[in-house]
Amino acid sequence: MKARVHVTLKRGVLDPQGEAIRRALGTMGFDGVESVRQGKVIELELAESDPAKAEAAVREMCEKLLANTVIEAYDVEIEPEIQPEVTA
Amino acid sequence: MKTAVVVFPGSNCDRDLAVALRDATGVAPAMVWHKETALPEGLDLVAIPGGFSFGDYLRCGAIAARSPIMPEVVAFAAKGGRVIGICNGWQVLQEVGLLPGALMRNRTLKFVCRDVTLKVETVASEFTRGYRQGQVVTIPVAHHDGAFTGDADLLDALEAEDRVAFRYVDAEGNPTDAANPNGSDRNIAGILSANRKVLGMMPHPERLADAALGGADGALLFEGLARVAEVA
Repeated sequence: MKARVHVTLKRGVLDPQGEAIRRALGTMGFDGVESVRQGKVIELELAESDPAKAEAAVREMCEKLLANTVIEAYDVEIEPEIQPEVTA
Repeated sequence: MKTAVVVFPGSNCDRDLAVALRDATGVAPAMVWHKETALPEGLDLVAIPGGFSFGDYLRCGAIAARSPIMPEVVAFAAKGGRVIGICNGWQVLQEVGLLPGALMRNRTLKFVCRDVTLKVETVASEFTRGYRQGQVVTIPVAHHDGAFTGDADLLDALEAEDRVAFRYVDAEGNPTDAANPNGSDRNIAGILSANRKVLGMMPHPERLADAALGGADGALLFEGLARVAEVA
């Protein structure tokens, strides 16, 4: 089972990297970008096959390591198993 | 006075810190590898050095904070033990929850490596008693993620409880925006734990602790700490 974790800065926490990206986009002519928030994506391959158990485990990983909950929020996505292609 | 320096893969201020501690205390510290699961007996101080532990992967200090020795350091602090974290060491102490707030990317997005002037905001700690109240000292910074960040309640509490150890100031001692090298909230450069036994600071006192290096303001911190031995 695959899990994908999105870690972003909490609302209200200044994001100087996002702001630098926003300014660069403006310089390049992309008008109307009012805000940019940069985060990170962490993909995990898990042996667990029960989606509920997998999600609970990944949430614990987020609390204990993957996110710094003082300043970061996280979001967990559990992907259904990708079926291997069957070739004739 | 018996001290120890914890060493992680990527620590690079561990030996400078060891020299500063040895010069102040007269005894070389124990160098403790991060994979150890016990601290030496009878320690008076644990020091977490600067550097780029684990390549700053994930977040600065995040991986180091989960290394085998750290629960021992947390337990040592819980028993009232003295712990100092400098630069990456402060980041590690925040990641293990010994100190509040967070250290974020510098507002300039640039690595900053230069001498800064600091004001000693409190001498009511074993780490800062070697200074005079309000003394302006020169100590270098070298970091990419040093913007101390906390919500207003935390910042107010730190000030009300006299837990701001150092602030970035100009030569006259004023905490101006221009004197703030990284965008830290309220120019905060170092903070104390509630029991005043844990100090985190971004500037590197160990790098300016010998007149031969162009200044010795950093040595006062270690000399103040070494007085623990006289009291004990």
